[in-house]
Amino acid sequence: MDGDSVLFSLRLSFQVALGATALVVLVGTPLAYLLAICQFRGKDLLDILLTLPLVLPPTVTGYYLIVLFGRKGIIGAIVYQLTGFSIMFTWYAAVLASFVVALPLTIKASRAAIESVDKNLINASYTSGHGALETAVRVILPLARRGIIAGAVLSFARALGEFGATLMVAGNIPGRTDTMPIAIYTKVSSGDWSKAHLMVIIFTVLSGLVLYSSNKLSRRIF
Amino acid sequence: MSSRSLTLLVTLLLLLASFVIVQAQPKTELLVSAAISMKNAFEEIGRVYEATNRDVKVSFNFGASGDLARQVESGAPVDVFVSASITEMEDLDRKGLILGETRVNFASNRLVLVVPAGSGLKVTSFVDLQKLEVKKIAMGNPKTVPAGRYAEEVLRHYGVMDSLRERLVFAENVRQVLDYVARGEVDAGMVYSTDAMTRPKEVSVVATAPEGSHKPILYPIAVIKGTKWESAARGLVSLVVSPEGRKILERHGFESIQGK
Repeated sequence: MDGDSVLFSLRLSFQVALGATALVVLVGTPLAYLLAICQFRGKDLLDILLTLPLVLPPTVTGYYLIVLFGRKGIIGAIVYQLTGFSIMFTWYAAVLASFVVALPLTIKASRAAIESVDKNLINASYTSGHGALETAVRVILPLARRGIIAGAVLSFARALGEFGATLMVAGNIPGRTDTMPIAIYTKVSSGDWSKAHLMVIIFTVLSGLVLYSSNKLSRRIF
Repeated sequence: MSSRSLTLLVTLLLLLASFVIVQAQPKTELLVSAAISMKNAFEEIGRVYEATNRDVKVSFNFGASGDLARQVESGAPVDVFVSASITEMEDLDRKGLILGETRVNFASNRLVLVVPAGSGLKVTSFVDLQKLEVKKIAMGNPKTVPAGRYAEEVLRHYGVMDSLRERLVFAENVRQVLDYVARGEVDAGMVYSTDAMTRPKEVSVVATAPEGSHKPILYPIAVIKGTKWESAARGLVSLVVSPEGRKILERHGFESIQGK
């Protein structure tokens, strides 16, 4: 029975991290492009806002998430009124928490990569008559792909290890929201060291494998 | 270095040293690890103790009794330990970590079912928790929180544990259960009657677990073996079981009890 719970936590952690990383890349890449290429008022403020989760302790991030998405939260209350659904204590909340803390990593890495794309190539594309969108998709992003992928890997790693904010919004519900870091915390808190040993070893090895294979992939394909 | 700057440096160092030496007068500093349900009562007891023992400072470490017991096992520099059930104290006693003769049960409590204030749900008993409108129920994590264990016993007593399992949200300590209910994040929760008393405007008590539906809720206190401040620690325990201590506990809603 407990072997099942270890497998569940493992599966949940990867599920949450993959979901969060997908969202991060989807949302983060356009944002990184915006910050790298465009000039607009409030650009610095946006940059700071998006970087904050990187600097703030996860518990502060968790606090803000509760204020926004709790059942009586600014956004949460409206959603609850309209749909009767609250994200708190669901695995979606874990994805949300991981998304927020991992986003700055992708944005920083992607933005740096986009900024370092040879301006001559970009200008050449514009001069050839291609619009901003086509240039972005067919010239800039492909040239920046190494940095974008590196950012995604970092984000995945961060999402996998998220604990503080996740515990605050998804809670610790065995079999439903206990990701690996949370499950390990519970085992250690209750003195179940042998279970904790097992989970720590499995998690460390798997995380190492993920990093190893992503390094190999990025070298080989790209 | 010129002789003038050298003099300045030495003066500064002496000043610094004098500060350090003055601070280093050993004032007795008691560290009390207590079940978080005792937070309000013990903060008051601590103040009373400091008022009558001017050279003692009492610091508190509140949390789930299970977490606190693990800390003591791991060598945390705790002087006095209070848990919300016999289990944790028994555990430490068996491991030889407390001064057995200082161990005494001093209070008891009741487990209640609470709902967010103004909640429209018609829940008036533990059995009502089975209603479909009750989507999330908060309780302490039975692995580390005594209130969670008592709650589980009550749910089993009413035969609803299995049907409610999917809707349970575990909290890390009983005050977090209270907070989940007060914030409306859950539809109902199980806390001690004394916890509900601390946030009367935000939660409503709808039922009290009857005697026999769970193991008696007993709070033991004991001095930890190896404490640097044994006499002060014993003094604090004496205050807790004294008439004055009992009055404070009763004012916070606990039932004080006599005896081991």
